[in-house]
Amino acid sequence: MNEKPHNNYNPKTGASRSRARQVVPIIAGAAISAFGLSRKSKSGLALAAAGGALAYMGARNQGERELVAHGSVLLNSSPMKAYLLYRNFEDLPIFMRHLETVTKLSDKRYRWIALGPLGTEIRWDSEIIDEREGEFISWRTLPNSDFSAEGSVQFKEAPGNRGTILTSIFHYDIPAGRLGASLLKLLGKNASFKMQQDLRRFKALVETGEIPTTEGQSHGPRSAVTAALRLANPDEPIKRGARMSEVFNAKRRTA
Amino acid sequence: MKAVCWMGTHKMSVENVPDPKILNPRDAIVRITSTCICGSDLHLYNGFIPTMEQGDIMGHEFMGEVVEVGGSVNKEKLKVGDRVVVPFTIACGNCFFCERQLWSSCENSNPNYWIAEKMMGYSPSGLFGYTHMLGGYAGGQAQFARVPFADVGPLKLPDGIPDDKVVFLSDIFPTGYFGAVNCDIQPGDTVAIWGCGPVGQFAIRSAFMLGAERVIAIDRFDYRLKMARDGGAETINYEEVDDVVETLKEMTANIGPDSCMDAVGMEAHDHSLMFAVDRAKQALKMETDRPTVLRQCIQACRKGGTVSVPGVYSGFADTIPMGAFMNKGLSMKTGQTHMMRFMQPLLERIEKGEIDPSFVISHRVPIDAAPDMYKIFRDKQDHCTKVVLDPWATAAAAD
Repeated sequence: MNEKPHNNYNPKTGASRSRARQVVPIIAGAAISAFGLSRKSKSGLALAAAGGALAYMGARNQGERELVAHGSVLLNSSPMKAYLLYRNFEDLPIFMRHLETVTKLSDKRYRWIALGPLGTEIRWDSEIIDEREGEFISWRTLPNSDFSAEGSVQFKEAPGNRGTILTSIFHYDIPAGRLGASLLKLLGKNASFKMQQDLRRFKALVETGEIPTTEGQSHGPRSAVTAALRLANPDEPIKRGARMSEVFNAKRRTA
Repeated sequence: MKAVCWMGTHKMSVENVPDPKILNPRDAIVRITSTCICGSDLHLYNGFIPTMEQGDIMGHEFMGEVVEVGGSVNKEKLKVGDRVVVPFTIACGNCFFCERQLWSSCENSNPNYWIAEKMMGYSPSGLFGYTHMLGGYAGGQAQFARVPFADVGPLKLPDGIPDDKVVFLSDIFPTGYFGAVNCDIQPGDTVAIWGCGPVGQFAIRSAFMLGAERVIAIDRFDYRLKMARDGGAETINYEEVDDVVETLKEMTANIGPDSCMDAVGMEAHDHSLMFAVDRAKQALKMETDRPTVLRQCIQACRKGGTVSVPGVYSGFADTIPMGAFMNKGLSMKTGQTHMMRFMQPLLERIEKGEIDPSFVISHRVPIDAAPDMYKIFRDKQDHCTKVVLDPWATAAAAD
């Protein structure tokens, strides 16, 4: 953990394999489509459709794949304080919005439940494989989990008395099938973006004691479109019992 | 409660909405006694800034009485019953930026920071009653408002000093003052200020407070230019001269103003060909901002001088004269106002009688009249400079 930072910064190492599996069919599909369309005949049209289907499959490749999420924030706190707050895993759902519960099994083992799209439960158990108080935590999933992953979170004193630099990197092996698809949806198109949002909420919590929000504030009548977009907010996964009433009310108002 | 809601471009409406609630432990609820329409609200009215949503409550210049505080609000700093003026920027007081007095760059007050990051790289602080990109916080053109981080922003006011004198500590007085601070005024300096709206008016007076020898104010409305002259400025009506830059040159012994301030922003006007080009591009969404005044500031400023930009820009502007900017060795200072730096010292100036900010008020109306006032203010009808709304007066009572 004390190695020198790489001079060439490239956090995406490890993501290339899954990328190829997506990109190749998309390009091939598009080429076949273009060729088919240029024929201007029925068989050409069929060819174009087949190409389209291939590109579509590429765009949502359902095979197993790796995913890397990374993020970093500057925290106005000591590394020890930040570490202790983070290490209290059972409270992580406060700022990791996709998590439903975290249960302590033993000092090193925890059970995690996240909610995917339409309330699909995704479960995993994790074990801390290495940690040093106020410095870092490394973990990996245990075999009975819905997917396998490993990750580390580092807390490093920032120069010039600027607090703590928290760096987090998680590697996921996403399984094929429905569960994998749910997990992918949960992590979003950009898993690093979600992680960074989690870290920003953690930062707000550490620094101010709360997470900024406008959820639940007063407003005038929304349009149906606005209300629907609010529910589909990428920052707030739709949870079980999400109130659809706002959309319906808005529709009634605009009708 | 009553609230002025943005219902679409050129559509403001006073709606009955639920009273605000405490959502976070450091929130407070303020019962509003005075609230204003700001020139920057007109950018939203005109639909020039993206990420507004139908139903958003407008307003970021308000004051009133604290009626409820959350459990974590520092009671030594704020308690129920305090009379306060609320700054338009929301700041946590704990982050890297707040600790360095860069309050409008607060890292923790904008829950939608990621939208702003896509456009600007990094996000400024949350603002009241503005776009969702800047937090989407419900604003203060209403009877009540929820104020986050209430023990940081709101400034407690002494009894006896009327609302009219202190309500502009919420934005335009500190913003004009910050614009003047950013001019880096030295003894003997001449400051040219484009825009004689309320911020420009406060900037004129602040420039003199900070030691400017001359202030030259530029606008096209005579009633605003007169107000500028009342504040001690010399004035140029840009519709009466061929070329503002040339005129400034003549007025400054061919040296140029030491600092030039753009107190106009993204919806500037003039009578040049470039103005027509910018206006067309804006309409086609090829450009979000019309930098007519910014260009003139850069052209007019003396070598080694400072360009200060309190005027609001939202996105992208074309054909900035970078050659002039670089070769003349200019500096530019900008930003949403770091409100908490200036509110207390400016309150002291008001208390000492050095300035009475109420001079900018042209209209006092009940909140129900707000939708009409947006139009009047936008079209500069009826010598409109500054509109103060009373959230509790009824339309009938005011007639």
